[in-house]
Amino acid sequence: MAVRDLRSEAAPAATRMPGWRRTRRRIGMLYALPTAIYVAVFFVVPLLLVVRMSAGNWTLLGGDRGLNFPKNFTAIGSNTLFWPAVAFTIEYTVIVTILLIGLGLGLALLVQESGRWSGFLRTSFLLPAAIGLATASLLFWGFYSPTIGPISPPLEKLGLIHEPIQFLGTSLSALLSTVFLIVWKYAGFYMLILLVGLQAIPSEVYEAAAIDGATRWQTLRRVTLPLLRPSLALALILCITGSLLAFDQFYILTKGAPDNTTVTVVQLIYREAFQRQNLGTAAALSIIVLAVLLVINAVQFRGLRSADSA
Amino acid sequence: MRNRLRLPALAIVSVILATACGGAATPSPSSGGSSPAASTPPVSGGASAPAASGSGSAGQGIDDGTKITMWTRAATEARARPLVEAYNGSHKNQVELTVVPTDDYQAKVGAAAGSSGLPDLFSADVVFMPNWTSQGLFQDITSKIDGLPYADKIAQAHIVASTWENKKYGLPFIVDLSVWFYNKALYRQAGLDPEKPPTTLDEFATQARAVAKLGGDIHGTFFGGNCGGCEVFTWWPITWADGEQVMNADGTQSMLNSDTNKKIYSTFKSLVDDGTVWMPDSKTETGPTWTGYFLTGKVGIMPWPATLTGVAGDNLKLEDVGATPIAGTKTGTSTFVGGDSIGIGRDSKVPDQAWNFLAWLEDQDAQVNVIAKGGNVVSRTDLANNQYSSADPRLVMFNTIAGKGQTPFALKFGQTFNDPQGPWLVLLRDAVFGDASKIDADNDAINQSLQP
Repeated sequence: MAVRDLRSEAAPAATRMPGWRRTRRRIGMLYALPTAIYVAVFFVVPLLLVVRMSAGNWTLLGGDRGLNFPKNFTAIGSNTLFWPAVAFTIEYTVIVTILLIGLGLGLALLVQESGRWSGFLRTSFLLPAAIGLATASLLFWGFYSPTIGPISPPLEKLGLIHEPIQFLGTSLSALLSTVFLIVWKYAGFYMLILLVGLQAIPSEVYEAAAIDGATRWQTLRRVTLPLLRPSLALALILCITGSLLAFDQFYILTKGAPDNTTVTVVQLIYREAFQRQNLGTAAALSIIVLAVLLVINAVQFRGLRSADSA
Repeated sequence: MRNRLRLPALAIVSVILATACGGAATPSPSSGGSSPAASTPPVSGGASAPAASGSGSAGQGIDDGTKITMWTRAATEARARPLVEAYNGSHKNQVELTVVPTDDYQAKVGAAAGSSGLPDLFSADVVFMPNWTSQGLFQDITSKIDGLPYADKIAQAHIVASTWENKKYGLPFIVDLSVWFYNKALYRQAGLDPEKPPTTLDEFATQARAVAKLGGDIHGTFFGGNCGGCEVFTWWPITWADGEQVMNADGTQSMLNSDTNKKIYSTFKSLVDDGTVWMPDSKTETGPTWTGYFLTGKVGIMPWPATLTGVAGDNLKLEDVGATPIAGTKTGTSTFVGGDSIGIGRDSKVPDQAWNFLAWLEDQDAQVNVIAKGGNVVSRTDLANNQYSSADPRLVMFNTIAGKGQTPFALKFGQTFNDPQGPWLVLLRDAVFGDASKIDADNDAINQSLQP
C-alpha cells in the first residue's frame, strides 16, 4: 500500500517539468524555429515535390498529368545515355579527386610554414576559387577556342604547331581540358582545408618524431597523414560529392561533345527537364543521384568514425 | 541508438550542404542543387488558353499609357531592343523589355507558366512555337491577325508555325533566314567568276574545292558539325529547294534518310574527306562561333544568316561579300525561315494594349523605319523593296527569298533537333564524319523522338 502511495506521488513529479525548465525549452525551440522553417521550406518541401514529380507524368509546360509510378524510374534503364553518363561521371570523379586532394596536400605542405612568400603564395593559389565556376568555365572556353583562343596563334607563329590545338576536339582532350580547369580553380580551396588541418597538428608531435630520428617521409606517413585524417575526410567528401554533381563546366565547355562522350549524370537531369521537358524522369534521376550520394556520404562518415575510434 | 542515428543524419546534412553550397566545391546546375527539376514550379492547366480574339478590340488595339511587360531571349536582343525603343518613343503605352539568357529561356517560361506569371508579350524561337502553342501559353489572336489589312502579306511560315488547331497565336517578331555567303576576293583569286555563285549543291562543292586549292590557310567551306541547329538552318533548305520535305506535315515522321538527304550528307562528307572543309574546326564547332569563320576572310563559301550587319571588318570588305539563295541538288532555291515569333501571354490582363504593339510591329512604320533601316529582313513580302533595301541588291534578295522558305513544324522539335544529345546530331555526325551506314537506324531514333 505504501509502495502504491509512493508511486502515485512520484509519477506526476517525474512527468511534470519545473517552470524554469519549460520556459528554457520553449526559448530553445524559438531559437531553432527559423532554421527549422528554412530547412522545411527550402529542403523538405522541394524534396517532397521532387519525390511527387518522380512518381508522375509531369511536364515542364503542361504540369502534372497524373501518377505513372514507376514508369519514370524504369525508363531510366532504357535511356541509352544513362550508363555511359554514369561511367563518365565516375571516371571524372576519380581523376579530379586524386588530382585535387594530391595537389591540395602538396600546396598545403608547401605554404604551411610562415615565410617571406607564404602569404603571397597562399593568396595566389586560393584566388581562382573566388571566381564563379560558370565564369571560369566561360573564360576557359575562350582560352580553348580554336577561333578566338590566345594559345594557338603564338605557337603557330613560332612554328611549334601547324594548326590550332583542338582542346575540346576528342573525348580525352575534352576530359583533360575540363579537369585542368577544375584543378586550377579548386586546388587552392582544398589547400586551404588541408592547411587548417596541418596547422592544428601540435608542433610537439613533430619534435618527438625528430628526436626519435624519423625521416621526412616517415614523419609524413606516420605523423602528418594520420593526424590530418579529419581534414582529408572532409576534403574527400566535398570533392567526391561535388564531382559527382558536375554540370556547369561540361555544360559550358563541351555540351556533352564530342559524340556524347562527356555527358555527366546531372547534364542528363538537365536534359530531361529542359530539353525533353519531362520533369518526371528528371526528378526520378535526381532521386537516384540523391540516394547514391547519401550512401557514399554514409560510407565516408563510417570510415571517418572508425578511423577516429581507432 | 544515438550513434546509429548520427550516421545517416550526418550523411543527409553533408549532402544538403554539398548540394546547397555548390559554389565552393559543388558544380550545381541551378539553385535547386542536385535537382534542376526542383527549381521549376509545376504548371497547372494544360492546353486550354483563354481566347482573346472574341472580346478583344480589332484593328490597332489600345494605346492608353499602359505598362506592357515583354520577354525575349538574349540571342535576339540586338534586334528586339530597337523595336521596343521605337515603340516606346512613339506611343503612350510603354513596353518594359526583359532579356533572358537564351539557354535559360525555356526554363523561365516554364516556371512563369506554372505560377501564372507569363508576361503580356513574349517571343519564342519559331521552331518551338508548335510546342508552346499546344501547351496553351499564348492567347488566341486569330481574329486580330485576320483583321489586319496586310494579313496575307505577313511571312506565312511564322504564321503557320504559330497556328495550333486552326487558331493563330503568334506573329513574326524577328525573321532570320539562311543564305549562302561567298568571298568574292577569294573567288577572283581562285579564277572563279564572283558574279556567278552556285545554283546547285554540286556547283557549291565545285566552287568550294576551287577556293580550297588556293592552299595555305584558305579553306573551301565551313559548317558547324557539332551543332544540330546549324545544319537544320543551313542544310534543310537544300532539301526544300528540291521540292522535298524533311518531315511529314505534323512533324511525327522524319524523312532525313531520303535519297536527296543522303546525297547532301555524302556531298559534305566528300568535302570533308578531300580537305575542302575547314577541319578539324568544323567537326568540333558546337554553335556559338559558327558564323565567325566567314568573317576571317579565309572561307570561300558557306551558309550564313541573311544579314549584312557585322559582316565587314578587317578581314573582309562589304563589297567582297557575295550572297545567293541556298540551292537544291537539282534546281530551285529555298531558305529556313527562322527567328522568333511573338504572342500575347495567356496571363496578360491587357491583351488589347499588347496587341497595339503587335499591330504596330507588322505595320510599315516598324518594318521599314526600324527593321529594314537596321539592315534586317522584313516580315512583310509587300515591303521587300523599300528605301533601305533598294540600295543593296543583297538586301532585296534577303527580303524576297523569305517567300520561298519554310519553317519546320514538330511538337518535339527542340529535343530532337536542337538538343546536343539529341538523335539528329547523331545522324548528322555519323553521315558526315562517321559510319554513313547508320543513317537509317539513326533516322529511326529521330522518329522515336518525334512522337508526341
